[in-house]
Amino acid sequence: MALSQAEVLAGLAEIVNEETGIDTSSVQLEKSFVDDLDIDSISMLTIVMNAEGKFGVTIPEDEVANLKTVGDAVSFITNAQ
Amino acid sequence: MSHKIVVTGIGATTPLGGDVQSTWRALLAGESGISTLEQPWVEQYQIPVTFAGQAKVKAKDVLSVPETKRLDPSSQFALIAGREAWADAGSPEVQPERLAVEFATGIGGVWTLLDAYDTLKEHGPRRVLPMTVPMLMPNGPAAAIGMDIAARGGVRTAVSACASSTEAIANAIIRLQSGEIDVVVAGGAEAAIHPMPIAAFASMHALSRKNENPTAASRPYDVARDGFVMGEGAGALVLETEAHAKARGAKIYAELVGGAVTSDAHHITAPDPEGAGAARAVIAALKQANAKPEDVVHVNAHATSTPVGDIAEYVALKRVFGDHLNNIVFSATKSSTGHLLGGAGAIEAIFTVLALHERVAPPTINLDNQDPEIPLDVATSPRKLPDGPLLAISNSFGFGGHNAVIAFRSYN
Repeated sequence: MALSQAEVLAGLAEIVNEETGIDTSSVQLEKSFVDDLDIDSISMLTIVMNAEGKFGVTIPEDEVANLKTVGDAVSFITNAQ
Repeated sequence: MSHKIVVTGIGATTPLGGDVQSTWRALLAGESGISTLEQPWVEQYQIPVTFAGQAKVKAKDVLSVPETKRLDPSSQFALIAGREAWADAGSPEVQPERLAVEFATGIGGVWTLLDAYDTLKEHGPRRVLPMTVPMLMPNGPAAAIGMDIAARGGVRTAVSACASSTEAIANAIIRLQSGEIDVVVAGGAEAAIHPMPIAAFASMHALSRKNENPTAASRPYDVARDGFVMGEGAGALVLETEAHAKARGAKIYAELVGGAVTSDAHHITAPDPEGAGAARAVIAALKQANAKPEDVVHVNAHATSTPVGDIAEYVALKRVFGDHLNNIVFSATKSSTGHLLGGAGAIEAIFTVLALHERVAPPTINLDNQDPEIPLDVATSPRKLPDGPLLAISNSFGFGGHNAVIAFRSYN
């Protein structure tokens, strides 16, 4: 059964927290990974990889550049399930 | 040497304890850090050696989750030791361009490397983590410390097997003597208690096989010694010019008075039976210290508990010290810690510094029947060192024919 948007957000927040130490409550839909959360490119790639494993989706490399905000990633994962 | 160099901070995480004080107390109490490995891979792969000196405190219990995810275990140990040493030195204010790191490893990020290869084989290249390369590179531990303290005067890594971290400390002398650097964090780390390195060291018959009695397995100089015992952890020392240390009112443990590196060009793994290269390293370190062999009162020996290695070191020291060898108190601390490979020299440097600072040579455990071919005066319980100025050396030798020796003097 597909996860809800809120469930994907919570799961993604855990992945971001484990990789970067950023508090899960700071991982909100409107936040930009680079500008707001200060996540570097290697961490972003790691987060994408861990999200693929956790949610059972494939995020093509071309798509990663379009995932500017947490909301972009949550929408992509929710739709790709 | 033109600039005097002093030790102002020490840090360690070892099989005996998660910091210097707990390690040192356990060492003086004659404890062993060696235990049976409970990991499932021992049974799974039928690893022939089933014990090692595992870090007493797990790195994940000390560091943040992102630090444990982004650093190989070797770098995790390095960061723990480096932070303790830096705090112990009083977190000195130093111009970043005049702060350097000389931090060694023997093997590097072997856990990361082999985990990544397993992932590649099982799940394909898309699952190999982006941080794999910076985690496996041998300069990872040095870089982790350098980033942590904002060292911009050069961060370097000596790699010379089991001589690595003693070589790193010797290299630090050169940096501090250059006049370009005021403070160096030096030392080494290793985290190689993994089935592949254990299998490989066992394959060359380098490891003790005393599976039934792990705490008695590391027994340097004993007639029943049958190989070394792998250990893991890290040691770090804050080294500083005396002028810089005094200007900021730092506490001073000891003076680093010499450090020398030579090579045998004899055999890739076997020590030169004549001990010529090792002897040259001792002589060169003492020359830097403006000292005579007769000035040395204490040696923290390499003494890994291999049948051949312990004798080779004795032969080398006999060449240098002659009859004065009888007046030197020896400590073979790998009997308690096991052999930390690229981290060994660093923790033994700390033990040497503390021996001078507290005027006590730490004990060598498991010496039940001393090999008559190695007639050294070995401390088997804490041994008080004499009054007055003290000079001590710490030796490390590594596969590849590497010899590294450092010399410390007591500081008043």
